[in-house]
Amino acid sequence: MAGTTLDDYTDRYAARVHGMTASEIRALFAVANRPEVVSLAGGMPFTAALDHSHLAELVSAVLTHHGASALQYGAGRGELRLRELICQVMALEAVTASPEDIIVTVGSQQALSLLAQVFLDPGDIVLAEGPSYVGALGVFAAAQAEVMHVPMDDDGIDPAALAARLDQLRKQGRRAKFLYLVPNFHNPAGVTLSEHRRDLVVELAEQHDVLIVEDNPYGLLGFETAPGRTLHSRSSSRVIYLGSFSKTFAPGMRVGWVLAPNAVREKLVLVSEAQILCPAMLNQRVVTAYLEHYPWQKQLKDFRTLYAARRDAMLSALTCLMPTETKWNSPRGGFFVWLTLPPGLDSKVMLPRALAHNVAYVPGVGFYADGQGCSQLRLSYCFPDSDRIVEGVNRFAAALKQEQAIQGLFTEHPPPRKTRPSNAVSSIVDNRRRRYAPGPEIT
Amino acid sequence: MSRYVWVLAGGLSYEREVSLRSGRRIADALRDRGYAAELCDADGQLLSRLGSAPPDAVVIALHGSTGEDGGLRALLEMLDVPYVGSNSAASALAWDKPRAKALLSQVGVPTPRGVALSQHAFRELGATPVLDEVVEHFGLPLMIKPSQGGSGLGAAAVETRAELPAAMVGCFSYGDTALVEQFIAGSDIAVSVVELDGGVRALETVEIVPKDGVYDYTARYTAGHTTWHSPARLKPSVAARVTELAIQTHQALGLRDLSRVDFIVDETGEPWVLEANVAPGTTPTSLLPLAAEASGVSLGELFAELVERAITRGGDSCKAL
Repeated sequence: MAGTTLDDYTDRYAARVHGMTASEIRALFAVANRPEVVSLAGGMPFTAALDHSHLAELVSAVLTHHGASALQYGAGRGELRLRELICQVMALEAVTASPEDIIVTVGSQQALSLLAQVFLDPGDIVLAEGPSYVGALGVFAAAQAEVMHVPMDDDGIDPAALAARLDQLRKQGRRAKFLYLVPNFHNPAGVTLSEHRRDLVVELAEQHDVLIVEDNPYGLLGFETAPGRTLHSRSSSRVIYLGSFSKTFAPGMRVGWVLAPNAVREKLVLVSEAQILCPAMLNQRVVTAYLEHYPWQKQLKDFRTLYAARRDAMLSALTCLMPTETKWNSPRGGFFVWLTLPPGLDSKVMLPRALAHNVAYVPGVGFYADGQGCSQLRLSYCFPDSDRIVEGVNRFAAALKQEQAIQGLFTEHPPPRKTRPSNAVSSIVDNRRRRYAPGPEIT
Repeated sequence: MSRYVWVLAGGLSYEREVSLRSGRRIADALRDRGYAAELCDADGQLLSRLGSAPPDAVVIALHGSTGEDGGLRALLEMLDVPYVGSNSAASALAWDKPRAKALLSQVGVPTPRGVALSQHAFRELGATPVLDEVVEHFGLPLMIKPSQGGSGLGAAAVETRAELPAAMVGCFSYGDTALVEQFIAGSDIAVSVVELDGGVRALETVEIVPKDGVYDYTARYTAGHTTWHSPARLKPSVAARVTELAIQTHQALGLRDLSRVDFIVDETGEPWVLEANVAPGTTPTSLLPLAAEASGVSLGELFAELVERAITRGGDSCKAL
């Protein structure tokens, strides 16, 4: 008897899908969408802040005046008018390009997929920050590439560690196909690559002849100051630049773009045409109308103000509620705080407890290709309002406190003195209570 | 006019996703049989909807506490709404694995030796002496699982003493009490028990062979990661014994309509009951549909008959208290 696997296609699958499995994390996140749960997990922009009636007029106008062409196939590289406008958007970050240099993609996620198809063979090496954007890791894994992480600190990727990694690869006779970076308001780490390091990273890439993929969805969402000059503006022949309207306008549009050197661009267009024929025309027309008729620069400013207030709410709640050994960064833009738990705690193990407290986060392990990140997690402040964020951090703190208590129980050490066990326990609890005491602004 | 049936699925549990898949499957199967079946989430609107426009019957496809711990069932009893499945008291008993095991042991159903340990016990007595004692008493390897819950979430097999603390922390993320059992090596067998045509009947046995040796969440819900054999590859005498024990378990726990009893059959052919489930999964990779198919009963046929039984029984007669 052969039995059944309930999958009659097993021996037909390509090797690249063999590792794709249902994960229990996914099961846990099914709960995170319930209204009772404060989700500090998803990186969803707050699209409710957009003027929906104005957008309705724009969409209506697109269909009224350009209905036939908006519902038709279009050019594989995207609409010319949109590409012209994308150049204006990029100019805000001092990226100079002509519309001919740009390919419109289905979000920058498709751009990543195109790059993987064009550059990656199974076993190829991709260098990436550690941690790195989970969607990129998924694309690289599907391409059967080997991701090597390079550590980062508060100033972004560590150039010394990058140099060491590149040297090591050179000694082994291997070469990374590209270095994937999110230099501005990183997802998930929240940090921004410092100006000085931008020069060093580009120099290292030149020295070792490695391409850079610069993924910049958050660059226009700096709260206090703009991030540093793009890597692309330092070396346009070495840097492939990805942009997106997902964070600055609406992810539901699925419109992003890639700016690449000419030869690469031609390959990307061919692969994109093979994948999707052309990006959705209607969505391109709506984004075009948005950029032509909607006060999008004011909208960006509004988004920055909104997200900055939410970041402040999260940071002050964390400051009040987290135990001393917890560490987190203070992002200057974007959506995310990256938090390191007190020693011994595992963010994936703790997730069910957090969900039982009606709060969700993303365990750090998902942002690494090699199993790192157990003690870390990502909190996002982009979607819930400030009150919900404070409530979420409160619940997170309660879950963390319980988890620490359990962890403390199972940290192997000599058993408590049998004569006074309750005192030993109560002194731990008292100590923690003091450390977790919320500030007056929270209560 | 066709019967109006609500299939409750989703809920706020870690098995939400699995439950939604189970529920959709049941609702589709009932629709194919001519029922007006609607998938309903167990959320803040459920009770008011039940009060204003109650269905003819409810099928509970909720996994995890709401669907299985008897609470929702008690509310349905209170509201006189007929539903398919075990009543609230029996569900509460089966949901609490240590209590169910104790009762089964009393009536001679073999279950692995084990102990239920609350966080409180560890806090009072200290983890090291308790774990040392457990290892001394039951030996290694051990199986650690939350005393309530399913889908393998929070469960771990532990081979060495050093792995125990981390397994306990992982288990306590899912609940306040851990069931620590002797690990019985052998074949995983599941037997679904149904009450059809007025009698209790065990469906075909199902043997579970996970690709990586561990029947965890991934193995359960990724097609292709587990091989199932139905009927299980057991000697006829062992298969008969397993079937007999499944029915005995169903009856001893006072279960009704349908249940799934999970076993390990050890290398000597001795079956051990691990637990009984009052809301067996009906996803495309779940055991009940497999067993039903192997037994020549379609899922639609099965649930249609159980819905009719529930309606005949009526809401009031469900009352357990």
